[in-house]
Amino acid sequence: MAYSDKVIDHYENPRNVGSLPKDDANVGTGLVGAPECGDVMKLQVKVNPETGVIDDAKFKTFGCGSAIASSSLATEWLKGKTVEQALAIKNTDIVAELSLPPVKIHCSVLAEDAIKAAIADYKKKQSETKGEGAVAGEHAQPNA
Amino acid sequence: MQKDGRISLDELRAAITDKTILITIMTANNEIGVLQPVAEIGAIAKEKGILFHTDAVQAAGKVPFNVNEVKADLVSMSAHKMYGPKGVGALYVRRRNPRVLLAEQINGGGHERGMRSGTLNVPGIVGFGKAAELARTGMADESQRLRGLRDRLNEKLHKNLDEIYVNGSMEHRLPHSLNISFAYVEGESLLMGINDVAVSSGSACTSASLEPSYVLKALGAGDDLAHSSIRFGLGRWTTDEEVDYVVEKLTTVVRRLREMSPLYEMVKEGVDLTKMQWVAH
Repeated sequence: MAYSDKVIDHYENPRNVGSLPKDDANVGTGLVGAPECGDVMKLQVKVNPETGVIDDAKFKTFGCGSAIASSSLATEWLKGKTVEQALAIKNTDIVAELSLPPVKIHCSVLAEDAIKAAIADYKKKQSETKGEGAVAGEHAQPNA
Repeated sequence: MQKDGRISLDELRAAITDKTILITIMTANNEIGVLQPVAEIGAIAKEKGILFHTDAVQAAGKVPFNVNEVKADLVSMSAHKMYGPKGVGALYVRRRNPRVLLAEQINGGGHERGMRSGTLNVPGIVGFGKAAELARTGMADESQRLRGLRDRLNEKLHKNLDEIYVNGSMEHRLPHSLNISFAYVEGESLLMGINDVAVSSGSACTSASLEPSYVLKALGAGDDLAHSSIRFGLGRWTTDEEVDYVVEKLTTVVRRLREMSPLYEMVKEGVDLTKMQWVAH
């Protein structure tokens, strides 16, 4: 498998690896993928509730080099964007930026899903703190 | 299939019906290096009057192999697996007790007793013969040396890293072979970190199939561990220094990728990964 220089760079120098406090009302967490599929991404955003701007983004990924690069790139792009701008990020943007081959497109889809799940989680928390109805997140949850 | 990668002889017996004409199995598996109980299988085949074929490509030239001890009727071998030339192999076909009759695979001039017509690849055959001779004369010493290197690799990795698992029996295994799953780390990303080492991964992403190793799944490894495996093959020119280099490099990369792994983080936080509701994709 030949990797693009950008994938190798993100693999060797991943941006924004780590975790944000997941109980913080301003932090949204997306956890997508499954161990049996060989990819799990955890992506977190910390949003300024006044401005709706993403101040910080972190990720942790179990997956191939392209999955690591897709999530690393996603965190880079998320910082400084508003929640609405973040939702406009498409997996095809990631494919183009990293020159992902066809067999790796699912990595970019997963990154897009992770962004959407993180933001859905943030919105859900916000609405709960404001006492409004909950917005369902699609990310994985421990069984009750 | 048992957890150690060997087939169950009881299950084999139970699978035989009056319509069974052939039992075929690898002597040693290519992914995990586990040796099957071929002599016992051959005895069962003999007792039942069934032909026995074994694919000994991985084993021939590495461990002692005798067609009569194994009671094999048909045996496949390949030169390039014992340092011979590529493009030449051998099929042992028993001529008496019983006589095995094969339908011709390539017809024409009737070469090779009519089983495979075509001009013989003489340089390949001679090279294969020499390779087999060298493998046999050096086998006792070489297998001992390789076993030492392999065990050194395994022990040092286990000393440095927790939650790593050998796939398949350590006892019934080719001396030069090792297959390890590194929990919470995906195999292809691991290979990327050790790209100056020639190993392979049973993970999805190394092939276009996007499926994890069916061999590891057959052993009952969870799918996540099947995605986290590396196959090591040591060879005639592998040295202690190279083994130590691989241990150091792998240790660093596994630790780095685990720091980046959400699964590792969840386990450290006490989450039971098997109880999670994952969304397959």
